[in-house]
Amino acid sequence: MKAARTRTPRLPDRHGHFGRFGGRFVPETLMAPLIELDRAYKAARRDRQFQRDLKALLIHYAGRPTPFYFARRLTERCGGARIYLKREDLCHTGAHKINNVLGQGLLAYRMGKRRVIAETGAGQHGVATATAAALFGLQCEVYMGSEDVERQSLNVFRMKLLGARVIPVDAGSRTLKDAINEALRDWVTNVRTTYYLLGSAMGPHPYPMMVREFHAVIGQEVKRQAREAFGRLPDYLVACVGGGSNAIGLFHPFIGDQKVRIVGVEAGGHGIGSGQHGASLSAGTVGVLHGSMSYVLQNDDGQIATAHSISAGLDYPGVGPEHSYYKETGRFEYSSVTDAEALEAFQALAQLEGIMPALESAHAVAHAMRLAPTLSHEQVIVMGLSGRGDKDVQVVARALQ
Amino acid sequence: MTRLARTFSELRRRGERALIPYLTAGDPSLAATRALLLEAARRGADVIELGIPFSDPLADGPVIQRASQRALASGVTLPQVLELVREVRGDVPIPIVFLTYYNPVHAFGLKAFAHAAVEAGVDGVIVADLPPEEAGPFETEARGAGLDLIHLVAPTSPPERMRLIGRRSRGFIYVVSLTGVTGARAMLPPDLVELLRQLRAVTTKPICVGFGISTPDQVAAVAPHADGVIVGSAIVSLVETHAGSDRLVPEVGAFIAALKAPLRRSK
Repeated sequence: MKAARTRTPRLPDRHGHFGRFGGRFVPETLMAPLIELDRAYKAARRDRQFQRDLKALLIHYAGRPTPFYFARRLTERCGGARIYLKREDLCHTGAHKINNVLGQGLLAYRMGKRRVIAETGAGQHGVATATAAALFGLQCEVYMGSEDVERQSLNVFRMKLLGARVIPVDAGSRTLKDAINEALRDWVTNVRTTYYLLGSAMGPHPYPMMVREFHAVIGQEVKRQAREAFGRLPDYLVACVGGGSNAIGLFHPFIGDQKVRIVGVEAGGHGIGSGQHGASLSAGTVGVLHGSMSYVLQNDDGQIATAHSISAGLDYPGVGPEHSYYKETGRFEYSSVTDAEALEAFQALAQLEGIMPALESAHAVAHAMRLAPTLSHEQVIVMGLSGRGDKDVQVVARALQ
Repeated sequence: MTRLARTFSELRRRGERALIPYLTAGDPSLAATRALLLEAARRGADVIELGIPFSDPLADGPVIQRASQRALASGVTLPQVLELVREVRGDVPIPIVFLTYYNPVHAFGLKAFAHAAVEAGVDGVIVADLPPEEAGPFETEARGAGLDLIHLVAPTSPPERMRLIGRRSRGFIYVVSLTGVTGARAMLPPDLVELLRQLRAVTTKPICVGFGISTPDQVAAVAPHADGVIVGSAIVSLVETHAGSDRLVPEVGAFIAALKAPLRRSK
């Protein structure tokens, strides 16, 4: 039997709006380049050769399709719904981020840009960008908050080994938010020669749309793999949300499938009540940060708040605009997981399945472990395991001491 | 006629160009900003651009970033900056425009902000990250309140965008002289004169140039091609150097007088 599927509006509109969210809130200097990027991307999307090249890279370079794995022991431990893992951690470079950088790297090359810049929080997007830059022969500079440089030193070294220059950012909270500010300042300055390879489904249009489309392969594979594994679509999709790229990539192909419930998991940090977290959708208000209208952590005066999460990749006070839109329409639900819960889930998945998740992904694991016991064994949760945890071993070791 | 329109028409009549110094409100304190505003007006400023400090000023270089941080660290809020303008308005006859990012305006409420600004005596507002495509809702409220929304042109703006911005901008048009963030530069960009010529061909509105202009010589070089010159980081640097000292107000005042001198000579 075919599941109910409703038609969904094509979003964003041509100005990059998802309802009242998204758009292009940037200095005038970046407007013409963003319009040019939008045109170049749309032309590439229609170009068969571009699509063939990207597909070949995703298969032979990134290692797609990624496995769809039934987590038997985790399921038994939780009792209730069966939990499947979409293994983006097995992608080349260890996270889903490679899908986007291969797409945007090809695009940068096609546009004739020979220098790429990127921001990174956990370092996963920085490593992925440095990888793509090496692959395509592009010069690469990565902005990274100096606090993240410290807590993700392994990834910093990986970027250097790949030939990229890592630029520590000392401004503000010295994390992802400030790295994005600095990358945008670089882009404003060098816009004629430089491609800004933004790493999440956020920022000004066309980035939220483009990044989503490069990651949609995650959800498209899950659709096929779910039918093969259990003959229907899953009941729940669960993924962690910082900027929201792995989540939107998993979720988007299912938006019209009304029976599939979709849950994004935000960083609860020390707890929502503590004020120290990264849960923009659960606890933020609507505002403008980094080029788009979305939910943002801010004070009454419109100053952006400092986020907190044990996971550098979720330590961000904003979120991609499409998540804000589907939160408001009610299509996506959002929950949050604290640092402590994520640490427990990290250990549980390591000990029950022999898989160390990235701390970002551990937030999704924790929510799936909370959700499964409330459901029956007939039901299925598919969890986006967005990255592997090797990079977090030191942070986890320190936290467990 | 608005205060901005009167200022530019009066300057044109006298063959002068406008000097528009920039100050970050509350750097290092609101009391200092008040003293600097009065001194700037006395020493030759024609319009004052007052920056609303923001936590994430992505169009600004390090000097103005630090000024914003100092102001925020001292606890300055938008309502306090509005109050400051209200207090000095009687003693400062020249137009005052705000330079802000969109989020503080959005958080305050578009309509509430437009009306509060006009009631305080603010003449116009420049929003660094609000291009015309996204400005519709705020533009409606600003017009309703009688607040000029000043749009920016950049070196990357193609002719069709120059026309769009020329049409939509009120008060004057802010030309960003270079591709980059705010901050002093050794040289003026070589293509600036051509940029100004192109813009002049599509608008009759006053054109003021900012970003990277930091010395009287640079002001003099730009003056023949524009109706006004905006100097920010060089002044903010002086504020940073002399913050907390008796020299703060006279040093900034003397610098403003030096910047204005080449703008008094008629073309």
